[in-house]
Amino acid sequence: MWLTRPLSERSTQLFLGILFIAMLLVTVLHVALPEGHALHVSAYTVTLLGKYLCYALLAVAVDLVWGYLGILSLGHGAFFALGGYAMGMYLMRQIGDRGVYGDPLLPDFMVFLNWDALPWYWQGFDMAWFAVIMVLLAPGLLALVFGFLAFRSRVTGVYLSIITQALTFALMLAFFRNEMGFGGNNGLTDFKDILGFNLRTDATRLGLFLATGVALAVGYIVCRAIVASKLGRVSIACRDAEARTRFLGYRVERVQLFVFVVSAMLAGVAGALYVPQVGIINPSEFSPLFSIEIVVWVALGGRATLYGAVIGAVLVNYAKTVFTGIMPDAWLFALGALFVLVTVFLPKGIAGLLPSLRRPKVGDDPAAPGPGHDPGYDPDHDPDQAADAQSPANREATV
Amino acid sequence: MSFISELSHRDRVFDFLTPTLSPVDVRHGPILYMDGVTVTFDGFRAINDLSLTIDDGELRCIIGPNGAGKTTMMDIITGKTRPDTGSVWFGSRHNLLTKSEPDIASLGIGRKFQKPTVFEALSIFENLELAMSADKRVFPSLTARMTGETIDRIEEVLTTVGLTRLRHRAAGILSHGQKQWLEIGMLLMQKPRLLLVDEPVAGMTEQEMERTAELLTSLAGKQSVVVVEHDMGFVRSIARTVTVLHQGSVLAEGTMDQVSNDPKVIEVYLGEGA
Repeated sequence: MWLTRPLSERSTQLFLGILFIAMLLVTVLHVALPEGHALHVSAYTVTLLGKYLCYALLAVAVDLVWGYLGILSLGHGAFFALGGYAMGMYLMRQIGDRGVYGDPLLPDFMVFLNWDALPWYWQGFDMAWFAVIMVLLAPGLLALVFGFLAFRSRVTGVYLSIITQALTFALMLAFFRNEMGFGGNNGLTDFKDILGFNLRTDATRLGLFLATGVALAVGYIVCRAIVASKLGRVSIACRDAEARTRFLGYRVERVQLFVFVVSAMLAGVAGALYVPQVGIINPSEFSPLFSIEIVVWVALGGRATLYGAVIGAVLVNYAKTVFTGIMPDAWLFALGALFVLVTVFLPKGIAGLLPSLRRPKVGDDPAAPGPGHDPGYDPDHDPDQAADAQSPANREATV
Repeated sequence: MSFISELSHRDRVFDFLTPTLSPVDVRHGPILYMDGVTVTFDGFRAINDLSLTIDDGELRCIIGPNGAGKTTMMDIITGKTRPDTGSVWFGSRHNLLTKSEPDIASLGIGRKFQKPTVFEALSIFENLELAMSADKRVFPSLTARMTGETIDRIEEVLTTVGLTRLRHRAAGILSHGQKQWLEIGMLLMQKPRLLLVDEPVAGMTEQEMERTAELLTSLAGKQSVVVVEHDMGFVRSIARTVTVLHQGSVLAEGTMDQVSNDPKVIEVYLGEGA
């Protein structure tokens, strides 16, 4: 089975091992140790780490299309936000009559706007299974239509990047409008519970964190399975010499479309897990700046490695949390400086620093990963590891 | 309209009933048949009423001065450029003018470009794997497994082009000549009926040229090979039949000795008054 092939790869085993050990560690430190203990992980930190893991999954999705297919998407925030909105709509419907206005059917903002009926596209979101399908379907369909038009016309490179940027900007403007029925400027918030569990309890927060960890693991395996398959090698071929690939008989635009849609769906899942943890979704997630930031995470972590994207997303967001706490105004300068420094001195990103655990015997093994980007992952060589002496929970930050 | 007029021909099988990817029919001799092909780029006639036939299993060299339309001719055969008029048939069944680039490739026409283009980030083995004739749609590629048969086939081609020792190295490290051979190897993986080879020895050393000549002559017979080349010495060493192109049409055709003694050819190559 192609999907389980990555499980026999050493780098994937190592990645999953570190991820699960970190999840276990956080759980134990959160549950077993009393509050006030030096090593106790607070519920706040658990949620923060859960947020990082959402970003990590989003970064993996971007790395799949950028690193392996050469499509620099500056609009992946749109897919993330669509997944988030689908989850947000489910959470809004779960509030029921506990809203400020106490309307059993209509969310607060609709009552406020004097709407008397639920718009048609809000139907069905009271059912969790429907919301889960929409989390995958909404970003997937957008990517399918957008990708079909773009790739069929052979739009690539900078032009495609600009169009993806325009896409997310247009969606942001659309979602800002109250008439759209998605809460306008304020978005969707004030959530109460998910699947019957109260979102404000520590247990639910821990559960969401663990669910995000599992989603990241599954997303990583899916991406790795694609990358390690023949299709992954075709993707690299499309990235490096598109015309040549076409002459070999591959339908380049279909390969691009498939990978793009998978990536968009993963981004949607990341968004859906993000929303219950931060408690709000609003149009700012569609902002072009956010989409560019995702690309910066991937570039910092190292393109075309997948685990590099995870490292990049977690490190940059950890740095963001620290920096915006100490010097809020300096953060953007720090991010810019970090980006310049890494591009100049570490063209392969942070992942390029990690030592190669093995030289794979490529070719003898059909499932052998593409060449050049299969060094194993070693957390002890993480440059930021030394910096956070705060608690073992921050070990999570490097996973 | 053409569809309706076709229905009135009751004496033959309607075109739309014949499967589009059926095997190449070479019972009548030629594997490639071009007739009256003309291409105009912004008023400039790159190909002017070109007619050419290549027989099955033939090794044909095409020479001609710069701008004679050699590369454009290849573009037309592979579907990259559409001619204004004329017809191009592959065997006696496939009208190439109605097919897309990937379709033409999967029919069995392989092309080696002037500048070698290999996938530098992939290993030589993987380059050949991608080139192999197989189901190239998205999902079959995703679930494809490497069987012993395909490995044998790749190893066989590696031996033919002499790159066995380097098979797990990235293609980016190869020398220019080795990249040319890898390209030819990639063509062979597609099991093509017709190989189009554009300037295979450009930038090669003497020894590399000799090996390339051996390689190409060993391919003829099993495949039909069309070589476009500037290097006269090389053409002389492999050619059986030579076609001279000039200003988009055929100037002369025959053995190397015949064409090199042809006054028209001498004039084109050496200038007027020679």
